[in-house]
Parts: sequence; C-alpha cells; structure tokens
Amino acid sequence: MNLPSPGLPDFDYVSADTSDEVVSLLLKYPNDARLFMGGTDIFLHMRDRLVTPKLLVDVKHLPGMTSIDFDPKSGLRLGAAATLNMIARHQAVVKYYSLLAEAIDAFGMYQLRNRATIGGNLCNASPCADTGPIALVYEASLLAIGPKGERTIPAAEFFLGPGKNALDEGEFLMRIDFPTPPKGCAGRYLKLGRNSAGDLALVSAAVMAYPDESVKSSYSFRLALASVAPTPIRVPAAEAILARDPLTDETIELAANEAEATSRPIDDIRASAHYRKAMVKALTRRGILEVRTMLEKEG
Amino acid sequence: MGTHRITLTVNRVQEVAEVPSNLTLLDFLRERLALTGTKNGCSTGECGACTVMMNGEPVNSCLVLAVEADGAEILTIEGLAHDGQLDTLQKAFIELTGTQCGFCAPGILISARALLNRNPHPSEAEIRDALRGHLCRCTGYVRIVESIQAAAKAGG
Repeated sequence: MNLPSPGLPDFDYVSADTSDEVVSLLLKYPNDARLFMGGTDIFLHMRDRLVTPKLLVDVKHLPGMTSIDFDPKSGLRLGAAATLNMIARHQAVVKYYSLLAEAIDAFGMYQLRNRATIGGNLCNASPCADTGPIALVYEASLLAIGPKGERTIPAAEFFLGPGKNALDEGEFLMRIDFPTPPKGCAGRYLKLGRNSAGDLALVSAAVMAYPDESVKSSYSFRLALASVAPTPIRVPAAEAILARDPLTDETIELAANEAEATSRPIDDIRASAHYRKAMVKALTRRGILEVRTMLEKEG
Repeated sequence: MGTHRITLTVNRVQEVAEVPSNLTLLDFLRERLALTGTKNGCSTGECGACTVMMNGEPVNSCLVLAVEADGAEILTIEGLAHDGQLDTLQKAFIELTGTQCGFCAPGILISARALLNRNPHPSEAEIRDALRGHLCRCTGYVRIVESIQAAAKAGG
C-alpha cells in the first residue's frame, strides 16, 4: 500500500509488557531500537528522516507507567508515560504543584497534551522543553531502570545537552518523583513564544520561592530557564542574591541581570541570542515580581 | 516490516484490520475505511485538521499509529451525527456559518464536542483555548467561537 507523503519510514512496532523486555531489546538493538510513548516528537523526526529506528518499542503500557500518586510526605510520583493532561488535571497537582500545571498549560495544545508524556518531554532533553525548568525548580528525581537495576538521577544531572540525557545504554525512564514542595511555596512559569497558541519557547523562566527563616531575605528562591542554554539551567548566582538581600526592586533587578549573564542563548531560526538575552532579564524580573506579590498575599 | 492485527471501534462500528507498523491512524481512517472527512493538514500535530476522538479524548490522528488504536473507540466527523440527527454543534455551525471552506471544520467539531463533554458551559476564553491547536484560514475564528457558544446554549 502506498502511504500518502510525508509518511513514516518503515519500522517494526512492539508494545512491551515488562521492563526486562525493554532493557533486553535496548541492549540487543542499541542503534536500531527507540522507545516511544506519546510519539509527538519522535514521529516528526522520523517523518523528516532525522531518525530512522528499525524498531519502535512502545513502553506506555508497562505496569505503573501512567500512574499518578501523591502522598503529603513523599510527594508526587509520576509514571513516565502519564500524559500532560492527566497530570495537569490531577487534584494534587492543581493544589500543590501549580507551577507544573502552569507549565503544562503553556505546552502545545489540548489534543497534543492528550498524547505527550512527562517522561517523553524530559527524555527528549530539548533545551526548550517546558517541563525541564519545572523539574529543576521542584528538584525532581528520575527513576531509571536498566541492566543493573534501578537508579535515581537528580533532575539537575539529567540533562546533558540538546537531545542528550543521562540515561545509559539499556536504561529507560520509569518514573519522575517530585518532592513535597516547601511550605508556603509560590511560583510562576513565564513563557515567551512567537504566539500564545502553544509555540515552542523562545525563552521561558520558572520562578519558585518560599518563606525561609534561615536566609537573610527570609525567602529562598529557585530560578530556572529554558531555551537559553544547551540544557535547562538553574541560576544559582541569582538565587544567592535573592536569599541575601531584602526583596526590593533593586535586588530583583540585580538577580535579573545575573540571570541574563548566566544565560548562553544561540541565534537560531526563531530568535536571535541578543533578543533572547534581553527577554531572559525581562521574564526573570517579571516572574520574581509576581512571585513576590504572591508571597506577600500569603504572608 | 511487521504487520499487526487490530480490532477497534470506529463511529460505533467494529473494524478488524491488518496494518503495517508505520500506518498512522489518520491514514488508516482515510485510506482503509474511506472516512475522508478527517483531513491531513500539516502531518506534524500543529494544524488540528486530523483531530479525532480516541476513547473520548481528542488526539491528532496524524501522530497516532493505527496499531496503537487497537482496542480503542474512535469517533470521527462522520460519526458525530447519529440516529439521523445532526449534533448540536453541527446545527449551530450551519446556522451561524461557523465553517467556510470546511477543511478545518471536522477537526474543530471534534475538539468542540470534547470541550462541551467535559465543560458544558465554557467561557469564550475556554473555547478559544480549546481551539489553540486548530488553524482556520477563512473565518477569523469569530463565527466558530459563536457557533460553539450557541451549541452550548442549546444544551451542548
């Protein structure tokens, strides 16, 4: 049968039943097998012949792969194949992880989010992935399964470069754990795209903060940026400024400058590096200001 | 290349088929079942023309493999009217000219049906948000939004 162009190249499909099966397929076909869940990214690359796996291993039907569990002590556990819509409408996410829900709302469009998964978005390790900076500010950890068993990888060590993650040969992502957020925490995710209809981020900033008596400013901040470096990044220098000095407009300006200085964007088809740098500063400043207002309301 | 036997329900009718791995649900519907109401626009999940309901939720059928739809319930534009009656949304779109060239309409109607199923009284902002994944180059969207509002008012 002739498929209409542009069709997908030839491949074999298998839906895996156990994690052992996945690991053994990955070890047996290290160059030819690719895992997939929602397919919203890999199918595009396959259509463009950027990747041409001979075997697609569907891992979304493995036990626990789409589960979402919350416990006030241990936090949120997301199966890697939980779809973004499943996550965003989960009561615990709405209540305790509003920053995650906000980032999902900024992601693509409704019907795409019925297929796109949290694990896929993280594993693609795209510098502009919306869930990347969110995993960083919540200090999530990723549970991988491989030939040597289970391994936990902190989100801060998971992203290695565009399209490169810390999974070893034969390993795959099973679950993402978000710890219980700090008490009184507030957050904003600000995303700039070419339009507001779910475009990829030109720049995005995740800002989280919570009351913390152990720091001079009384508030600890966590800042992360996307689309302005080879991976999503935290901005420790700006966080240090916000912990040290009272939260005045001047302090916020200094922190925003630090975020701009830390960012290393490139010129590409969607925006220039120069523009992105300016927008890092603007979004960081706006995010901190909005979070400050949220904290003041709470306090 | 392997083929797979799938059993699924399309517009309330059971279908059994042998499909190659790389056949998308969109191509299965259009080429195998001749359900050409669902359109192929961008093939990249951006334009929404290929939107169908899969187990009650809208998906871009250009980004779903036919083999993944094994066991699923699919609803396309051809199944929206049933028992000889147009869907409330179809009636509203006809009455208010919510469609011009019609290419985007099958996908939009499916997304709108899903919206009204989960939220019978959406605000204009919620309607526009649900249409975020649908490109229409004729209407300017105003008539589409009005049609969906009218359908909601008429009881969904």
